[in-house]
Parts: sequence; structure tokens; C-alpha cells
Amino acid sequence: MTSRSETATSCHREEHRQLLFRYVLAHADDNLILAQRLSGWISRAPDLEEDIAMANIALDLLGRARMLLDYAGQLEGRDRSEDDLAMFRSEREFTNLLLVEQPNGDFAHTMVRQFLYDAYQTALWKSLCGSADATLAGIAGKAIKEARYHLRHSGTWLLRLGRGTEESHRRTQRALEGLWRFTAEMFETSETDRKLAGAGLGVEPAGLQPGWERGVEKVFCEAGLQIPNDRFARSGGRSGFHTEHLGLMLAEMQWMQRAYPGMQW
Amino acid sequence: MTYSVPRLPEEPDPDLRSKGSRRVSGWLLWEVFIRPRRGLHHVHAGSLHAPDGEIALQSARDVYTRRGEGVSLWVVPSSEITSSDAADAASLFDPTSEKPFRDATFYQVPDEVEWL
Amino acid sequence: MANERSFVTISVVSAQHPGRARFEALLAAEEKVEPADWMPEGYRKTLIRQIAQHAHSEVIGMQPEGNWISRAPTLKRKAILMAKVQDEAGHGLYLYSAAETLGITRDEMVRLLHEGKQKYSSIFNYPTLSWADIGCIGWLVDGAAITNQVMLTRCSFGPYARGMVRICKEESFHQRQGFQIMETLCRGSAEQREMAQDGLGRWWWPSLMMFGPHDSDSTHSDQSMAWKIKRVSNDDLRQQFVDMTVPQADYLGLTVPDPELRWNPERGHYDFGEIDWDEFWAVVRGNGPMNRERIAHKRAAWYDGAWVRKAASAYAARHTGQVG
Ligand SMILES: [Fe+2]
Ligand SMILES: [Fe+2]
Repeated sequence: MTSRSETATSCHREEHRQLLFRYVLAHADDNLILAQRLSGWISRAPDLEEDIAMANIALDLLGRARMLLDYAGQLEGRDRSEDDLAMFRSEREFTNLLLVEQPNGDFAHTMVRQFLYDAYQTALWKSLCGSADATLAGIAGKAIKEARYHLRHSGTWLLRLGRGTEESHRRTQRALEGLWRFTAEMFETSETDRKLAGAGLGVEPAGLQPGWERGVEKVFCEAGLQIPNDRFARSGGRSGFHTEHLGLMLAEMQWMQRAYPGMQW
Repeated sequence: MTYSVPRLPEEPDPDLRSKGSRRVSGWLLWEVFIRPRRGLHHVHAGSLHAPDGEIALQSARDVYTRRGEGVSLWVVPSSEITSSDAADAASLFDPTSEKPFRDATFYQVPDEVEWL
Repeated sequence: MANERSFVTISVVSAQHPGRARFEALLAAEEKVEPADWMPEGYRKTLIRQIAQHAHSEVIGMQPEGNWISRAPTLKRKAILMAKVQDEAGHGLYLYSAAETLGITRDEMVRLLHEGKQKYSSIFNYPTLSWADIGCIGWLVDGAAITNQVMLTRCSFGPYARGMVRICKEESFHQRQGFQIMETLCRGSAEQREMAQDGLGRWWWPSLMMFGPHDSDSTHSDQSMAWKIKRVSNDDLRQQFVDMTVPQADYLGLTVPDPELRWNPERGHYDFGEIDWDEFWAVVRGNGPMNRERIAHKRAAWYDGAWVRKAASAYAARHTGQVG
């Protein structure tokens, strides 16, 4: 016979598992969608060296997405594989940040998007290294190393673009203006976030914001770039309320599995 | 032959404008050296193009260490390397072969003596 | 022997240069020629042309495969394909570096490619129309490339031979992943098998064309053999490839689109039909299915990136004390 407190604990655990599933899935989606975007640069980068660099980052992000999707599938307990989760969810079921689904634009646009995201990822995975969930902490331990390198890469470029030529400065400033409104969403704290943070499993995104702001402001200042005054923030990605870019991207990414379901590849 | 396209009868030899210029779209040519493991020397791995040292270092990491080839990197602008001239090779390196006494095998050691 | 004859002819032509004897001694001793060594102008030009073409092929070759990265059927396949296409960029880079030791810059080679004055392998002028084509490229195109590149590790020019050693090491997974895609398709549904057969039908002949004209029509081959740039003839390499590949197609249960293909026990080789040489020359001349698209894509990337390269140079000039 189970005591009342044991039942309560297992209930509690079950609730955490479902929360953690959604949490892990959201972070998987961030990385998957950005990997898909970045891979669009392959064969199109400004130079061969940068082509290889961007492919490396995309591969890291895809690797991270796959680990997270796999874990999400386990947490959910409905036998969904990484491909089931990636290829058979609709636009409304994807919970990635709006920032990562924005089109590549020019190199400046891609690098600003990358830099904003890398700074966030660095803060996030550093915190998650301390997660009470061993699997998530393990993934974080690997992700933080990659994220630090990515941040170094995008930061290096931001400086060169911001302080390079008049044209590069103009393009980079414009990119920053186009993307800034999607940054606040990274730090919105949901009920799920709060509960998981309370249980020592996740982190409250809001807590990452001050460090992130200091970091990016320092680099923008060095790069001679102005953070836009416009305080309008657009969000909704975490609840499946996306920009129109995501649907088209998914249509392409998911096409094979939708056209030929249930096959081995 | 594979990856090589047969010459068309009308194909002229392209005039190769640059003759040994090391400058590439304002980017420099860099030489990359990798230490494969702790305890080993840095060894020349290849070269790449980069505008400055930091980007050269990052590119070296991405281009030359994608399969765990190293634990440390050096990048050096190719123009900073002073190299010996092939024409001098004989005068630089042949004389050493005249000094066999620098080699341990030059000396006969009696069979019954150990640890030499 | 034809090789020896042409070898002797050149050595007579300009026997006066003091470096000539050393160059020939290096070749005769199977030693490598290094960039700082004296070399005949023809040797240098032949190598620049060949290495540049090889480099361009690696880089242009990223396009047909890159075409399927966004649509790869599974995340694992997506990761493998990205890594593979990235490797090809690396191969291009190593090869440009090898050519640069001969006194030409990468910029110059890129310019010649964009202006159509240097070419790349015709195989990449065919489109990838289904997922099976990604399998076919790895299996057949990388397979043919490996046949050639293994030979080139023995090339007389040091930087090219060393580049080939590195590339061959990286290639080892390319062909296998391609074959694995084909194998999975052939074990799958009728639709998948059809996809695989259609792919083989379209890629078989262009793959054989990769080895170039018959030895009897290959004007510059003798000289390249004498210089030990090339070590095996076009027809011999092609035969080697057919002998290796046909049993693999049999294993997959696919039909090679050649009614004349049969095992010849006397020769100990497969006999096979004649390549459509009209198609071959049409593609070389720029009238293949994708020639224009490939160059347009490449040029667009290069010109779109111009402001980035310029910005980095300007920054370097100002901030690292280097002259831009
Ligand atoms: Fe290759
Ligand atoms: Fe390859």
C-alpha cells in the first residue's frame, strides 16, 4: 500500500516530467530551427573558410537539437523519436523563439541573429550545468563548450562588421534594428519555467537577462553599434504563435517524411 | 581524368595575372601548425586565408581540426616565414653527411660490454 | 614506351637549364617535386590547371548535394550530409592552397572560374532530383573520385600529393554514406526502389564520363604521365571503376543502364558500352543541364560576400596593424 506522501511525490514527479518534456522540447526547437536556417549558408558564404565555419556551427546546433529531441521523446513516454518530433509536428506545436526562425538575410543579419542567440545560449547552458536533472546537466556540459566558441566567432565578426567599412556598419546596424524586438522573448518566464526552476531542474530565463544585456551591450559598444530605442517586443514563439516564416521552413524540412510516411531512410 | 576537364581545341591558356602575389582580396595567406597531442611538436598542417590573426585562428580550428586532429594551434602569416632556398640545399645540408662520427652507429662496441 | 619517348623529347628541348637535370632526377627517383624547386613552365602550368580544376570541382560539387540539406528525410541524414558537403569545402580549400604554392592566388583562380576560363568536373552539371541522387553522388561520384585521388597521392608534385592524402582520409566516409543511402532505399518500399533505380539510371553514364576521353583521344595524357602527375590512364581508371561498381549494383538489385555490360572471363574485366561522347563534349562546352545555374550560384555567393571580405580587411588594417 502506498502512503499518501509517496503518492504525492510520484504525482509531483510525473508533473515535473511533463513540464520538463515541454521545456526540453522548446530548447530543442530553438536549436533545430536555427541549424536549419544556418545550413542555408552552405555554399553561399563570403569565403570558403567562413562556409566551413558556419557549417560547423550549424552541425553543433543540429547535434544539440537531436540530443534534446531524443531526451524529450523519452520524457514524454509516447515513443516518439527525434524524427517524429521534428517532422510530424505542425507550426502551432513548435515552441522555438521567434528570433531563430527569422530569415538569413545578408551576412550581417545572420551574424547579429547568431550573436544575440549565442550570448543567450552561453548564459542558459552555463546555468543548466547545475540542473538537478542529470541528463539535462550532461547535455548542458557539452553545449556550453560549443556555445562559448560560437559566441567568440559571432562576436569576432560583429566587431569587424561594425567597425569595418561604412557599408558593413550600415548593414549591421540595420540588422540589429530588425532583430532587436525578438530578444525580449528569450527572457520571458512562464509558469513551466518557474516550477522547474523551483525544483532545481531548470532556470528562470528572466534571471539570465541582466548578464546577457551587459555582455551584448559591451560588444555592441565596442563595435560602434546602437541598440535600438524602440522598446516594442514581439513574442509568442514559446506558445506556438509564430511569424509567417516558420511554416514555409517546416514545409521544406518536413516534406520527405510527410510525402513518404513510415519509411526508413 | 576525374575532376579534370579535357582541354577543348579552342581553349586558350588563361593568362595568369598574378605571379606569386601573396595577397588575397586584401586577406593574408596564413600557415597553420597543429600540435596533435600533448608532448608532440606543432606540425605544419596547411594554409588558409584570413584578414587577421583571430579569424585565422578560428578558421584553422574549423578547417584543420574537425576530426580531433589537435590540441593546440599556431597561425603565422606566410609572409613572415623566412625559408631556405632550394638552390642552397646542397651547400646547407649535404656537408652533414660528411660527419659520420656524429652518429652512434659509427662506433664499434665490444659484444661483452653492456649498457652503451 | 610512349611515356618514355615524350619524356626524352622534352628533356632535349631545353636541356640547357641547370635545374632541369635535378628535376628529372627527382622524377626518375620517384621523389617529390616541391614548390621551391626549378620546374619546367609546362609542368607548372599543367599543375595549376589541373589542381585549380580539381579545387573548383570540390567547391561547385557542394551545390548539387547542398540542394538536399534542407529536405533531408531524417535529422541523422541531414547531419551526415552537412558534414559531407562541409568536407568538400575543405577539399577545395586544401587544393587551392596546393595551387597557391605554384604562384597563383585563390582570387585569381576564382576569377578564372567565374569567367569560364577554368572549368570544373562536368558531373556537377547534372541536377539532383530526388533523395536517391544524394545516394548516387556518394556511391558513384565520390567512388569515381576516390579511384582517381588514390592514384594522385602518388603524384610527383609534393603539395598536391600531400593534399590528396588528407582528402582520401576524409573521403572514406563519403562513399560509404552514399552506398548506405542506396542500400536503405533498395530494402525499402517499391517507391523507394524505383527512386534508387531512377537515380542510377541518370548518374551511371555521367559517372563514367568523369574519367575523361579515351586514352587514344586524350592529347595531354602522355605528357602528364611522363611528368608523373598522372599515374594511370583514363581508360584503365574507368575500367577499374566499372569492375568495382557493377558487383555493388548487383548486390543492391539495381540494373546498370547499359545493355552491353557483361563479364568477360577472358579479360577478367567487365565489357561495357560506349559513352555518348556528344553529350560529354556538350557538357564540357557549357551546355549541360546545370552549367549556367552552377556558375550563377557561385558568382552570386562571391559578389554577395564582397562587402564582408572588404569590411574584415578594413578592420584588420586599422586594428591589428596589418596592411590591408
Ligand atoms: Fe572531395
Ligand atoms: Fe567527397
